[in-house]
Amino acid sequence: MSDVVIRAEKLGKKFIIGHRTEVGPVFVDALSRGFRNALRKGADMLRGRAMVEGDVVEDFWALRDVDFEIRRGEVVSIIGHNGAGKTTLLKVLSRITEPTEGRVSIKGRVASLLEVGTGFHPELTGRENVFLNGAILGMTRAEVRRRFDEIVDFSGVEKFIDTPVKRYSVGMYARLAFAVAAHLESEVLVIDEVLAVGDAEFQARCLDRMSAVADAGRTVLFVSHNLAAVTALTKRAIVFQSGRVYFDGAIDEAVAHYATSLRKVKTDRSWGKGNTTSLISATLVDAGGMPTDRYEPGTPLRLRVVLETSGLRGMSLELVLRDEHNLPIGFYSTSVFNQVSLPGKPGQYECSLVLEPYWLASGEYCFDLMTGLTYVDTDHRVDNALRFFVERCSPDAIPFNFSQGKGNGALAMRLAGPVEFTELPAAGQEPKPGPE
Amino acid sequence: MSTFDQDNRPLILEAGRADHQYWIDLWRYRELFFILAWRDVAVRYKQTVIGVVWAFVRPFMTMVVFTVVFGSLAKLPSEGSAPYAVMVFAGLLPWTLFASVLSEASVSVIGSANLITKVYFPRLVVPLSTVVVALIDFLVSLTILAGLMLWYGVVPGWQILLLPVFVLLALLAAIGPAIWAASLIVKYRDFRFIIPFVTQIGLYVSPVGFSSKVVPEHWQMLYSINPMAGVIDGFRWCILGGDSPIYWPGFLVSLVVIAGMLVLGARSFRRSERAFADMV
Repeated sequence: MSDVVIRAEKLGKKFIIGHRTEVGPVFVDALSRGFRNALRKGADMLRGRAMVEGDVVEDFWALRDVDFEIRRGEVVSIIGHNGAGKTTLLKVLSRITEPTEGRVSIKGRVASLLEVGTGFHPELTGRENVFLNGAILGMTRAEVRRRFDEIVDFSGVEKFIDTPVKRYSVGMYARLAFAVAAHLESEVLVIDEVLAVGDAEFQARCLDRMSAVADAGRTVLFVSHNLAAVTALTKRAIVFQSGRVYFDGAIDEAVAHYATSLRKVKTDRSWGKGNTTSLISATLVDAGGMPTDRYEPGTPLRLRVVLETSGLRGMSLELVLRDEHNLPIGFYSTSVFNQVSLPGKPGQYECSLVLEPYWLASGEYCFDLMTGLTYVDTDHRVDNALRFFVERCSPDAIPFNFSQGKGNGALAMRLAGPVEFTELPAAGQEPKPGPE
Repeated sequence: MSTFDQDNRPLILEAGRADHQYWIDLWRYRELFFILAWRDVAVRYKQTVIGVVWAFVRPFMTMVVFTVVFGSLAKLPSEGSAPYAVMVFAGLLPWTLFASVLSEASVSVIGSANLITKVYFPRLVVPLSTVVVALIDFLVSLTILAGLMLWYGVVPGWQILLLPVFVLLALLAAIGPAIWAASLIVKYRDFRFIIPFVTQIGLYVSPVGFSSKVVPEHWQMLYSINPMAGVIDGFRWCILGGDSPIYWPGFLVSLVVIAGMLVLGARSFRRSERAFADMV
């Protein structure tokens, strides 16, 4: 049909990934491994292939056999949990990376927004960055100049437009960046998670802007984990799971399928059962009660655990939170912390827990679940029962993402009051403890 | 985002598809080229105390050192009656241009990883835009040369009019290996360590601190395989005129090497750029 704007046929994208196998702390082992890897990399290089770090190399299909059509003026959301292939799809569609197999045909000018503020340079002023970012996104200078006032107006940073953006707050930065992107003129707009920035008020404005774009009859592809936004903006959704199209259709059904796809990942292995109690499933949910695999730092951490009990008294439900090194970083027990035991009446129960907001560093986490008598006996234990991710951790809108990878732990600590320095009287001739 | 499909034909994306529109696309992205170049220029001397004076200080100090070491200590001969300092500076100019393009452009692609993984554009824009910064530093140095020539009372001949040709040659000589190295560095970071080494050795192998006439006659041909040997000779010829005749057969060899490297570099870059986003 003539009004199909994007058609993907048997689309596939393969990556080659390397794994590190565990070796003992023996120097000779490490040496021989280094030598073997160097040999393999050298051979790869001679054959002109890309080099892969690691000891074992394997193929990984980020996308496989993906077929879909998108018509002119359609607004489609792409949902799926981490690693389902959404971002890879967007990268293929926006020509950043090339498919390994299959093909895509695209009609019309495509603007892709995989990030807001791509190429923003901290030393340059807001005004300069608008032009720079505009050019990077494919706008001509004339186009940017024509819409400059609108952009600045939308961003609400007029006062600081001639200040280097490194002096901006995170919110101002994000607003300016989104403002440029929002004024792109193209027939097809591809957007990835750009709403994950800025404060609630600004996110609402972005959503407004996006629905205006959609209403204007432009084709929009929208990737998000924000199910509320997805439901509000789009009528059709494509759910991805493990690189394949899991569901393609109406948004309500898609959200339901997304939930089952999340559960499916979780119940890949059997959880077994305990003697008197059994843990059945556990889900992380967002503020709207939708299942998710994301946690937004600084918001309550909501869990839903389904379990079965034979009614034995004094049993407790316990959680251990682990960071990406699998180190325990938190513990909760219903009976120790709240003097609440599992119900005395046999049956299945859903237990909702709303934990305090934490400023967890970005990265991966998991919960171990346990039932039992705390410190005495564990009845049923499920390690890695629930995995979730933190995308970005910027407490108090600090301009960077505090991540576990920095090696400073998994918790951003915050002060209850201001930082205070009190000068102490100089201590005579004593050497100073350090440089001033 | 891209401005393809102005003739309403669908864009087809599939593995290994040759992009016939590449060079047209490159032209369409000229604004990006200018703005990236402008960005590099604009931020170059931000947060430095003496700012653009650095563009004067660096080549000037190198010239002084070379003049002292090669001219006064090693007592190498200058070209004709030309003052040693002018001769050195006339060689240093094209060499610095070459070396800075080579070292900046070759790492530019991995330096722009954040752009490459987020937006489409012909990747060649990135290394090419670094040329502008080097060119501006070159123009600054050119004023020092003019000052030196005034000081020593060196009057250039008609050959000075051909100087732009040799500037272009120096750029082309650098761009070929630079884009080749850029495409290799994306895959193998080893080359990142090789390039500084090349520019360091090259400074002493090329006739920068001394005249190429120092090289024995029967080695001249072989010596010209270093494309910068021909370019530097050309520069000196433009500036010192009759005092520094060009060795034409060697110059032709340099030209061939420059053209060969350019083709090799462009092909290597084009072949691997489609996978840049996956590897960078």
